Amino acid sequence: MSIASTQQKGFWAILWDYLTTVDHKKLGNMYIAAGAFFFVLGGIEALVIRIQLAKPENDFISAGLYNEMITMHGTTMIFFAAMPILIGFMNAIMPLQIGARDVAFPFLNSLGFWLFLFGGIMLNLSWFLGGAPDAGWTAYAPLSIQSPGHGMDFYILGLQLSGAGTLMGGINFLVTIVTMRAPGMTYMRMPLFTWTTFVASILILFAFPALTVGLFLLMFDRLFGSAFFDVALGGNSVIWQHLFWIFGHPEVYILILPAFGIFSEIIPVFSRKRLFGYTSMVFATFLIAFLGFMVWAHHMFAVGLGPTANAIFAVGTMAIAVPTGIKIFNWLATLWGGSITINSAMLWSLGFIPSFTIGGMTGVMLGATTADYQYHDTYFVIAHFHYVIVGGVVFGILAGLHYWWPKLFGKVLNEAMGKIAFWFFFIGFHLTFFIQHFLGLMGMPRRYWVFLEGQGLDTGNMISTVGAFLMGIGSLVFIINVVYTTVKGEKAGNDPWGDGRSLEWSISSPPKEYNFKQLPLVRGLDPYWIEKMEGNKKMTPAQPVNDIHMPNGSILPLIMTIGFFIASFGFIYQVDNNLWLIALFGGMAIALGSMLARSLVDDYGYHIHKEDLEKEVD
Amino acid sequence: MSQEHTLDPNNLPKDPAKSTLEGKHKFLGLWFFLGGETVLFSCFFATYLALKNSTAGGPTSQDLFGLELVFIMTILLLTSSLTSVYAIYHMKNYDFKKMQLWFGITALLGLAFLGFEIYEFYHYITDYGFTFRSSAFGSAFYTLVGFHGGHVVFGLSWLIALMVRNARRGITLKNASKFNTFSLYWHFIDVVWVFIFTVVYLMGMVS
Amino acid sequence: MNRWMGKIKALILLGFVSLVLAACGKENLTALDPKGYGAEVSMDIMILSIIIMIAVFVIVMLVYTVAIIRFRRKKGQENYIPKQVEGNHKLEIVWTAIPIVLVIILAVPTIFTVFDLADDADASESISIDVTGNQYWWHFNYSNEEIQTSQDMYIPVNEKVYLNIDSADVIHSFWVPTISGKMDANPENTNTMYIEAYEEGVYWGKCAELCGPSHSLMDFKIVVVSQEEYDQWVEDMKSVDPEAEPETASAQEGKDLFEANSCIGCHAIGSSPSAVGPNLTNFANRTTLAGVEDLTYENLVDWLMNPEALKPGNKMTGNYPELSEDEASSIAEYLLGLDHSEINPESAGNE
Repeated sequence: MSIASTQQKGFWAILWDYLTTVDHKKLGNMYIAAGAFFFVLGGIEALVIRIQLAKPENDFISAGLYNEMITMHGTTMIFFAAMPILIGFMNAIMPLQIGARDVAFPFLNSLGFWLFLFGGIMLNLSWFLGGAPDAGWTAYAPLSIQSPGHGMDFYILGLQLSGAGTLMGGINFLVTIVTMRAPGMTYMRMPLFTWTTFVASILILFAFPALTVGLFLLMFDRLFGSAFFDVALGGNSVIWQHLFWIFGHPEVYILILPAFGIFSEIIPVFSRKRLFGYTSMVFATFLIAFLGFMVWAHHMFAVGLGPTANAIFAVGTMAIAVPTGIKIFNWLATLWGGSITINSAMLWSLGFIPSFTIGGMTGVMLGATTADYQYHDTYFVIAHFHYVIVGGVVFGILAGLHYWWPKLFGKVLNEAMGKIAFWFFFIGFHLTFFIQHFLGLMGMPRRYWVFLEGQGLDTGNMISTVGAFLMGIGSLVFIINVVYTTVKGEKAGNDPWGDGRSLEWSISSPPKEYNFKQLPLVRGLDPYWIEKMEGNKKMTPAQPVNDIHMPNGSILPLIMTIGFFIASFGFIYQVDNNLWLIALFGGMAIALGSMLARSLVDDYGYHIHKEDLEKEVD
Repeated sequence: MSQEHTLDPNNLPKDPAKSTLEGKHKFLGLWFFLGGETVLFSCFFATYLALKNSTAGGPTSQDLFGLELVFIMTILLLTSSLTSVYAIYHMKNYDFKKMQLWFGITALLGLAFLGFEIYEFYHYITDYGFTFRSSAFGSAFYTLVGFHGGHVVFGLSWLIALMVRNARRGITLKNASKFNTFSLYWHFIDVVWVFIFTVVYLMGMVS
Repeated sequence: MNRWMGKIKALILLGFVSLVLAACGKENLTALDPKGYGAEVSMDIMILSIIIMIAVFVIVMLVYTVAIIRFRRKKGQENYIPKQVEGNHKLEIVWTAIPIVLVIILAVPTIFTVFDLADDADASESISIDVTGNQYWWHFNYSNEEIQTSQDMYIPVNEKVYLNIDSADVIHSFWVPTISGKMDANPENTNTMYIEAYEEGVYWGKCAELCGPSHSLMDFKIVVVSQEEYDQWVEDMKSVDPEAEPETASAQEGKDLFEANSCIGCHAIGSSPSAVGPNLTNFANRTTLAGVEDLTYENLVDWLMNPEALKPGNKMTGNYPELSEDEASSIAEYLLGLDHSEINPESAGNE
């Protein structure tokens, strides 16, 4: 198994390679690619929504289809676009940043990816199999129980599949960071993106099981006749809301913390200055994560939990402003006194600061319960969370894509197109969502298929629709940029920005499959910067060149996933026809059989030999 | 390659389960996983507590539960946890036969527990007509206790697969960590049962 | 340079303020022009929070703008390495402490008002209305007065009114932005809130929790009238004779059809507590048809013949025999004669 054999393969060989890969970089790229595909789907759904709301009492799409659109837009964007792209970065970049050759569980990593992908496919197949879910991405019972057809069942099983994948990813990253850091890489020398990966993984670990339980209850009610949310049999629909938001609020931080991490990488590099207040940044990350678990009921102020609960959750919510504020000021202080270059990656980061500040502030406003009685479930909320999720997470993803593109794919994205895309998207974004704060307060609740004529909502909605199309153009320019760069882009060196600070910039772009020929010796925060300042071109190795142990690829994760995928169809359709139980048990047998196979067959991996490594040039 | 996985009798590591990097990963990974499982069961417990009085005119917990059966089940599962500790003790001493013996006892105790649980459910369904669909209480009860039972089934399958697969191989650095992670998982199931015993059965019979 | 930036900022601020003023929205729907106690209290907190937030935003943007302009890499600085600052404890304490203070300033009045709005001390001696959300209409049961009505809720001005809100099917949320913030209508419990309107008028209410295809068409109104008018309305509604003979022959025919087609099985006229469909006692006095459309003869006929076209997913579609245009016209005539009260939305001096 020499390295040269990976060169020049046929199409089928490459396909097989990707289907069986356990390489964290390939999986990272696959996460990003699949996430981007779902992002485009979710974006099209968003445009359909905005066309429907372009004018009052519009009949572009029917009421039922509209509810399917909003449900699919929300679910797709959160679970299948934003999260996988971020997990893709975590996969591809985090091991490089801590000087590791792989993640702790490469096999699980691959299984996690396939589960996510098939979960997303499952959810989207509902479009072709009798209609998509239509109870909103929050799927409040009892509406989600009563929803006709199988749309909601696809939602439940799609999320269950991908949720299991995400949980595996979270555990994997945690173990990787704890056990696989390079010599000298102490916790307080880890780059901020690694830190936020760590904290987001903790959140995944403790938040996703709540969703799992909620989805089980929903599934049992819909498919097996239980009575969790059936009021006639003593059920209680508020339980779903609690479970959903115990997951759902930390989920927001699962998305935003890695984005914070990305900005904390980019801003220092392009300010040519170390991150201001590193320790307080780490501390603030933990504080946000901790508080994130304490505030779920602020999504439920109108449920009638009583004044005591409402007051406690209000104070908790406002408290999150403090650590978030610390982060904003630390970024500003990093810029201050630096030597700032503004390129695409930096533009997205600089665009993020004012956008996210607005989103954060409306967050505090929403936390003030008394005022929230007015904001709740209106376009004010829509505006707020798009300011946070688009202005924070999507900007973070795009900044990260520009920043790490050379490391992932070996080429630098085109600057001119990057800037054009940014300005279209940035202006479109503010046009779309700023006005929505006012629409909400002017009496427009969210999830409205039509708004009535003569209620003063026409202009605002029109502006919002125009903005959405500008965002669409921006995204399109970005996609063209990706194609153009892939065909014509210039090859990138190890450190294309010249000011790279963390370990990933010390190795080739894209990195070799084993990442580091010799594990690097880390001598402080920003280890590569330290070496460069001392005039070294490379990291000081911590060990001599030696054989490198690598895990074997495996097709089992894919087969296992397909088993679960088939079983999911069995679960859904057994209510219509008992014959589908065959699919249920058959699918489960495939999945558990591959699990058993994995357990019984010892897989020792292989070694890349010292002699082959020495032939390689860095 | 070979030096990583087979044992040199003159140089036995102190703890075979954690002597390889892979073993360490598994050990830590399982701990994290159990953290997630804790949240999972907490949510089931919370749901159960919210719905335990929502009997919709059907049987209540006082009507159903009897202490003798549950007490025996508790003893069985607690003992099985203890026997798995003995098994791991012998694993660390590289006494494969004794390890297999104690794990065998663990499996038998687990199977007995499962038998009693199936009998219990059967009893509720046939004698009281109390099912998963009877009321919100019924759904919550069977889901919580059933998920625990499902964990027991998975644990037993895992244990039996491990014992059969390694019957002729003895303890190696590769499988030591597998036995060790299994026993951790088994302890967790036991702890969850202690909570079920307290929250579901004891509190259910008092209130 | 700095002065130029200042001007731009002033312009942006001015634009922002004028946008706020111009964009208050439709009177009696917007939350930005409160005419009730709850809405007013919410507005006070909104104003307090927006002042704090704008102050913070201005500071952040000032530092941000100056930093980007002043510290941008200039020609000849290609090899310049800035000082690598680790942090600054004093600064970090300042920007931790100030937000804490700001949060406390906002949190204290929030807590007080939350408890104030949940206060039910006067519930027993106030008017109390049981509000029930249905797919896709609202039912109002004046339990003390034995009056039932749907879609339009009549209340007296400057009077605390307690609402006991629940749902007959899925979760809805009761929201009249100009009067008060919202409260969910849950199927398993009753939520209580109080409202108090300061001015007579017809206020738009909306459902604020996704409840199905016609969620956006689940509008209702609160008709705020003077105390005397309210008393009169109660009196009129109490003395309705559901069996009263209609005035014209075709309306009589409509009444017969209404009964023959079992419309009456769901729609009560009078104070019967049955509420499978909206109560039609004072149907002719409604502000709107089905909550969203002008209540005209033509619209009513269309609605009766094809309700699905106006409200997708409503529960009336398909639950009665198909009507010919003649039949629908007769029923419409009958329904438009149901104006048992002298008090109607016009009494509120509006529309």
